[in-house]
Amino acid sequence: MRPLRLLPIGEVNDGVLPFLRSALPQHLQVPCEIIPVVLDPSATFHAERGQYHSSQLLAGMQRFDDGESWRVLGVTDVDLYIPILTFVFGEAQMRGSCALVSARRLRQEFYGLAPDQALLEQRLLKEAIHEIGHTCTLTHCENYLCAMAASHAVEWIDIKDAGLCRECREKMEGSLG
Amino acid sequence: MKLSKKGSLLIVDDELTVRDSLGKWFHEEGYEVATAESASEALTRMAESRWDLALVDIKMHGTDGIELQRRLREIDPGLLVIIMTGYASVETAVAALKNGAYDYVTKPLDPDEIAHLVKNALSHKCTQQENERLKETVAEAVRPGELVGNSSPMRKVFEAIETVAPTDATVLITGESGTGKELVARAIHSGSTRRFHPLVVLHCGALTETLLESELFGYEKGAFTGAQYRKKGKFEIAEGGTVFLDEIGDITLKTQTDLLRVLQEREISRVGGNQILKVDFRCVAATNKNLEKLIEEGRFRSDLFYRLNVFRIELPPLRERREDIPLLVNHFVQKFSSSMNKRITQVSPSAMNQLQQQPWPGNVRELENAVERAMVVAQEPMLRDQDFALRQTIANGSNGGKTLEEVERGYILRVLEECGQNQSRAAEKLGIDRVTLHHKLKRYGWTRTPVESR
Repeated sequence: MRPLRLLPIGEVNDGVLPFLRSALPQHLQVPCEIIPVVLDPSATFHAERGQYHSSQLLAGMQRFDDGESWRVLGVTDVDLYIPILTFVFGEAQMRGSCALVSARRLRQEFYGLAPDQALLEQRLLKEAIHEIGHTCTLTHCENYLCAMAASHAVEWIDIKDAGLCRECREKMEGSLG
Repeated sequence: MKLSKKGSLLIVDDELTVRDSLGKWFHEEGYEVATAESASEALTRMAESRWDLALVDIKMHGTDGIELQRRLREIDPGLLVIIMTGYASVETAVAALKNGAYDYVTKPLDPDEIAHLVKNALSHKCTQQENERLKETVAEAVRPGELVGNSSPMRKVFEAIETVAPTDATVLITGESGTGKELVARAIHSGSTRRFHPLVVLHCGALTETLLESELFGYEKGAFTGAQYRKKGKFEIAEGGTVFLDEIGDITLKTQTDLLRVLQEREISRVGGNQILKVDFRCVAATNKNLEKLIEEGRFRSDLFYRLNVFRIELPPLRERREDIPLLVNHFVQKFSSSMNKRITQVSPSAMNQLQQQPWPGNVRELENAVERAMVVAQEPMLRDQDFALRQTIANGSNGGKTLEEVERGYILRVLEECGQNQSRAAEKLGIDRVTLHHKLKRYGWTRTPVESR
């Protein structure tokens, strides 16, 4: 089976990449590996906003999809935005092969709180599965415990599980044939 | 969950990046999304399809968001509009709110805020629509009366209703005016799986051809002079429920053709519109006309007749079920004594006999009116002959084809009542002996106990 490949975007600290490499296969039943290259996000930086353009990064990731990957998941620590919104936790190509997640706003310290590595990892795992779900044509789920539930604030991420509900799992399996 | 179930959004902004990013973002949220780069494109989108909510940028080239909002809501007053604005134009956004916008948001949008705003707005709209639908259902459920009868023809009608109600078959109800065709339609709807959806009644005969088409199919804004707003037709309003088309024999050939298409395709387009709308309804039609005869005369389409006549229920005229008259009278007495707050519970045997003898060309409706009138004028707890404005067949000598025995029976019962049910006094007054009177009463099925309401 083709692997899910993790692409570091900029400097990614705190061992989150190895964590995802080991945790994601347990949930998605696909092998996972880290691409030994770092994508430089600086070209997508918006000085006034102090953020990086998520859609542009996603477009830039496309060249890492060599057809040998099941999906390419960009992982970054920079703050992401799309022009109309104040921020995004991540973005995905609907029915595509690339998605990305940012750890920036998943960290407790972003909100002035003490760092919590375990919480950060759980949030990142849920958001990674969520964005990969979008690439498999899944839209947001009404089940607030499902990883595909809409979560536009960390509180909502913390409520939900890393797993998909039965309906979303079936849809994902259906989309993969 | 199907996308369209969550709601449909129209995003109007002249910036491509905004349209693209917001459109994609809401698509991931599960909404059906379309975008428009200008007011004119937005108006085109409105003409093409139904939208639940529009997100409109306040500043656009040409027609701005405020003006566009006004035009969109003119077309569809139910459309929710959320204005997107920069910080500098909050005052203008407030003006938009005064003009009926649901809310405004400032750019860039907070994801949590906009997601909840849109979700809540659509939920609010959904509740409003549900409320309107429930009101309509409740209004339709308030029944003017119930089907009453124990005669053989009525038992057949009840059986037919029981058989056909749970199916989705089209029903044609025939019968003279006043026999209770609408009550049968309501009973069919109540017994069907569609009972929690509206029953929409339309009396086709009361409307002109153009008015009937507007009522059935709805119309678009500007479809004709006076069409200031988009209006839903009865088929749309009845979504999931039943449409009862009364007096179907009175519609024109043109409307028959349109109706046939709706029954075949389950699709409509509003008057003045091109958009095809899927509709889900069950059709029950009724007429007091002889449709087969109308077909022979070329005044009714045979193909429409076959579509309607899938299951037929023929209602008997009251004169063919006279044995139901006491039941019906008692039912109406009970009904009106409650609504008029009158303590009338009985009908004298003579009056009941008179009621049973009447021809009732207006059928049950006429009988109901007669009882209601009697209840109004009655001064005693028992309704008597004089309370009813009945055809005086004996007094004026015109017996309307009655047999001698019927005339005799009516006269004897009236005298008996005048004598307070005292058979000896009545016999004396009639000039016959008491035994003869007793035999005659026995033959009439007379009992000493007056007919009482249950």
